[in-house]
Amino acid sequence: MSRWFSRNLIRIYASLALIYLFIPVGYTMAFSFNDAGKRNINWQGFTLDNWKNPCGAPDICVALGNSLKIGFLSTLVATILGTMIAFALGRYKFRGRSSTNLLIFLPMATPEIVMGASLLAMFVNLNVNTGFWTTVIAHIMFCISFVVVTVKARVASLDPKLEEAARDLYANEYQTFRRVTFPLVLPGIAAAALLAFSLSFDDFIITNFNSGTITTFPKFVWISSIRGVPAQANVIGTAMFLIALFIVIAGQFIGSAKAKRKS
Amino acid sequence: MVDVTSSAVGDLQLRNLTKTFADFVAVDDLTLTIPKGSFFALLGPSGCGKTTTLRMIAGLEEPTSGSIHIGATDITYTKPYQRPVNTVFQNYALFPHLTIFENVAFGLRRRGIKDVEGAVTKTLALVELGHLKDRKPGQLSGGQQQRIAVARAIVNRPALLFLDEPLGALDLKLRRQMQIELKWIQTEVGITFVHVTHDQEEAMTMADTIAVMNKGRIEQMGSPVELYENPKTVFVANFLGQSNLIEAAVQTNSGAETSVDIHGSRIILPSSRNKSSKSKVLVGIRPEKINIQTAGSSVGKNSLSGGVVTDISFVGVSTQYQVEMPWKQEIMVFEQNDGGAPNIRKGDQVTLSWEPHFTFALDSEN
Repeated sequence: MSRWFSRNLIRIYASLALIYLFIPVGYTMAFSFNDAGKRNINWQGFTLDNWKNPCGAPDICVALGNSLKIGFLSTLVATILGTMIAFALGRYKFRGRSSTNLLIFLPMATPEIVMGASLLAMFVNLNVNTGFWTTVIAHIMFCISFVVVTVKARVASLDPKLEEAARDLYANEYQTFRRVTFPLVLPGIAAAALLAFSLSFDDFIITNFNSGTITTFPKFVWISSIRGVPAQANVIGTAMFLIALFIVIAGQFIGSAKAKRKS
Repeated sequence: MVDVTSSAVGDLQLRNLTKTFADFVAVDDLTLTIPKGSFFALLGPSGCGKTTTLRMIAGLEEPTSGSIHIGATDITYTKPYQRPVNTVFQNYALFPHLTIFENVAFGLRRRGIKDVEGAVTKTLALVELGHLKDRKPGQLSGGQQQRIAVARAIVNRPALLFLDEPLGALDLKLRRQMQIELKWIQTEVGITFVHVTHDQEEAMTMADTIAVMNKGRIEQMGSPVELYENPKTVFVANFLGQSNLIEAAVQTNSGAETSVDIHGSRIILPSSRNKSSKSKVLVGIRPEKINIQTAGSSVGKNSLSGGVVTDISFVGVSTQYQVEMPWKQEIMVFEQNDGGAPNIRKGDQVTLSWEPHFTFALDSEN
């Protein structure tokens, strides 16, 4: 008995850890099928109504739409700017390079509550009305750091000899970037974009300070939690989780298919 | 700027080429002509300036002064992608995201050449790797990657092909095989090959002409045989193979023969092989040119006696003796294991002798 236990200790521990991690997810999923009415706290019975009508709760799809719009916009801008910064830091020597390197890390290290409050103070001082665009600006700001760090790692691992080889083989500067540098850094840029989107979609604290009357999905959940979160919030949460899971599994599948072709 | 990729033909000429990094002179006033169609080696230790020279010719580095010509065309400041020069990089630098076919086709596509398919297929057939055209570089062995790197360069039919330490990453057996193969490919395609290496054996095996570089300058240039048999400087004598260099005082220096004194022994050599004009010289003799005999035996024209064997190592084709002379200098002697080797043991007194025409004399380095 004790030998069996010691042999399977790691498996037991792993299962317990996974159960611990996935209970909230399972709970969210299960309660998306709850025939709850207004307060989705106690199990009232199984129904598909919430899934058939995810926009059923008032304003939930407006909030979701805002979150998606803000997410796509800030991901796009942050990925482009962050990639350019990453190339500058990874490829070129210039004055202030090492201090830029350090400053890029600061937004990640600053507590969100401090950053959110300071941004709001800044917008108020500049007489800017907070709303959709101030939220986008705030999201771009904190996403850039993560994009830079992710892309820079990829740029650093790129052999400069490959670009020299391209130039040696009659590719001009643009063709070298288009045919060699960019395709090789692209996986890093894609990962950075996914990260930026999930950070933006997920953000509550900074958004809450800087979004004015605009409601995002996290803000909607927070506000409605006072009266009771509608089951549709669980539906959207579950759907987002499944989409993310699908992307990860698809990525793994493509990766292993490539590896299989190699061997 | 004019695209000279197709118009420039002829010899490669470097004129007073200099490259300075901050206060370090990497290449120092280099003037050199590499004839069209030759297999040329730039040989030197790391940091001698050979890679910088190559990068300047390839256009990856800009010279501080001097000029580079191919035939009559000045390419000193031409962009790398406008030069009729291709490089086989150290560690190959194959594009990992492209197939073998696309790697080889890369240069052709950039230049807008029509029959990409035909040219690539032909070149892949030349390196005998046509069956791997749909693989990615990561799926190939080191030797195969090496051949693809060569194919990717020669498919463009450049005026000049650079090989930058191309065999450094391969094991010894594969390296030997690739040396022969590269030499064959060069004869087959007739492109000028410039081979940059620190491996003297590799340079001697492949190149028609070797330029030995040291501290940004060319020490000596010539055929492998000439460099080996007739070195002009101490650096060349030591860098290509092994040399015994013994301090000597010149006695007579007239006519066809020069005679020098080595610790009381008179040694003669052809005056043409005395590269020094000083009264104190370094007399050189290659280890395999020396005969080793037990003391008292009859000896050749040049001989040194009083040596004691301090070490013997058997290396298959030859036996290597280390002999300590009365003036405490160690001299290396290689004897062929062809059955005629004398029966000599460690600690024996020996006499060393050799033919005068194998002897050379050099300026001492300082």
